Amino acid sequence: MNMQMDGPSTTPLPPPAGPLTEALFERLQRPPHTLGELPAAGDDPLGGDDHHLALYVCSELAFRGWAGVDSEWEWEPSLITLRLELERAFEGAVLDAIDTVPDAREGDVPTRLRTAVEADESPSVARFLAQQGTADQIRELLAHRSAYHLKEVDPHVRTIPRLPYRAKAALVEVLTDEYGGGRPEYLHAELFRKAMDAFGLDGTENAYVACLPGVTLATVNLMTLFGAHSRWRGALVGHLAATEMTSSEANRRYARAVRRVGFDFPEATHFFDEHVEADAIHDVVCVHDLAGGLADAEPELADSIVFGARALMLVEERLALHLLGAWEAEASSLRAPLQTVAPLAA
Amino acid sequence: MPSTEITFYPDGPCVVRGPVRLVDEHDEEIPNRRKTIALCRCGRSRLMPFCDATHRAAGFVTGEKTDPGSGEH
Repeated sequence: MNMQMDGPSTTPLPPPAGPLTEALFERLQRPPHTLGELPAAGDDPLGGDDHHLALYVCSELAFRGWAGVDSEWEWEPSLITLRLELERAFEGAVLDAIDTVPDAREGDVPTRLRTAVEADESPSVARFLAQQGTADQIRELLAHRSAYHLKEVDPHVRTIPRLPYRAKAALVEVLTDEYGGGRPEYLHAELFRKAMDAFGLDGTENAYVACLPGVTLATVNLMTLFGAHSRWRGALVGHLAATEMTSSEANRRYARAVRRVGFDFPEATHFFDEHVEADAIHDVVCVHDLAGGLADAEPELADSIVFGARALMLVEERLALHLLGAWEAEASSLRAPLQTVAPLAA
Repeated sequence: MPSTEITFYPDGPCVVRGPVRLVDEHDEEIPNRRKTIALCRCGRSRLMPFCDATHRAAGFVTGEKTDPGSGEH
């Protein structure tokens, strides 16, 4: 007998995006059972809509879950098997894409991370928005990023017990700050929700998942995957370090974009302003104490740490190309139109 | 009294952990709500006196730690 039929979330499952999610979502609305054979996703494991929506929905069962989906599904062995298959195909595609890019493997881990970040030639969404972005394009960006920022650093928490002591203290220091230092109004996820409210968007978790393409969900699935597996603890650390290394500058540009389109008030700008200063601290702590500390204690993880950073840049580059391609063609970057309410201003 | 620690990160800011009061040259308090703060060392921050990571784009280099015996007298 199932005592708990729903997850804590009030958000129902999104519409399916292909044959796998169509079959899977129909099953998830029933009591947990052995899934058996399901149709293959059949699209690109690096960014396909069906593949990544299926993986995202399975992974979300470990976070806030879905309304109408029994939370016992989280530990249903056949669902875990499906999740692992989707993760392995995604991992394989990321490894293949990165293998073709040379890495000199010179220097210590902080130096290698810096080399990797400086070699990144992805186009900058933040620069585009700061120079010419419209309020609607900022709204789209907020919708894309809501899949992660409404659960900012939740995927990283499971890595804490897997780290040696210096790296562990560094990760906890950074996560404590991300979680508002004990003050709920400073939770970074809460600041993001306020920015969504300011732009007339629904800040409920996963409210816009139905609008998000696979290339967006892949950016979240990557860190959830790194955070879920002990063998990827190095990659999770490298991913977070590279995120923090590039965050202050990007957020300064996003803050400028938000003000330029007329949303110059704290609810709209606080999330971005906060990240300029906070992530400048997280940057050095993550590079030297977290990534450097982990590599000092477990030198065999050095390549995995750098891989995590390069995997981040790979999926972020694919998302940036998608966003800028759509906006330069004056089209929407989303799979479905955004439902909005009245914004606070502008 | 808990101790305060200042870490000098290579090519980056000084990070201060522990209780500290920040004042400007007129003894006016500089507001700060953070437990850990990063102070600019490259001179290019737009959030002075705090670090905003501009040192990275500026290519700021701190150099090696000086041996106390080697300074000119």
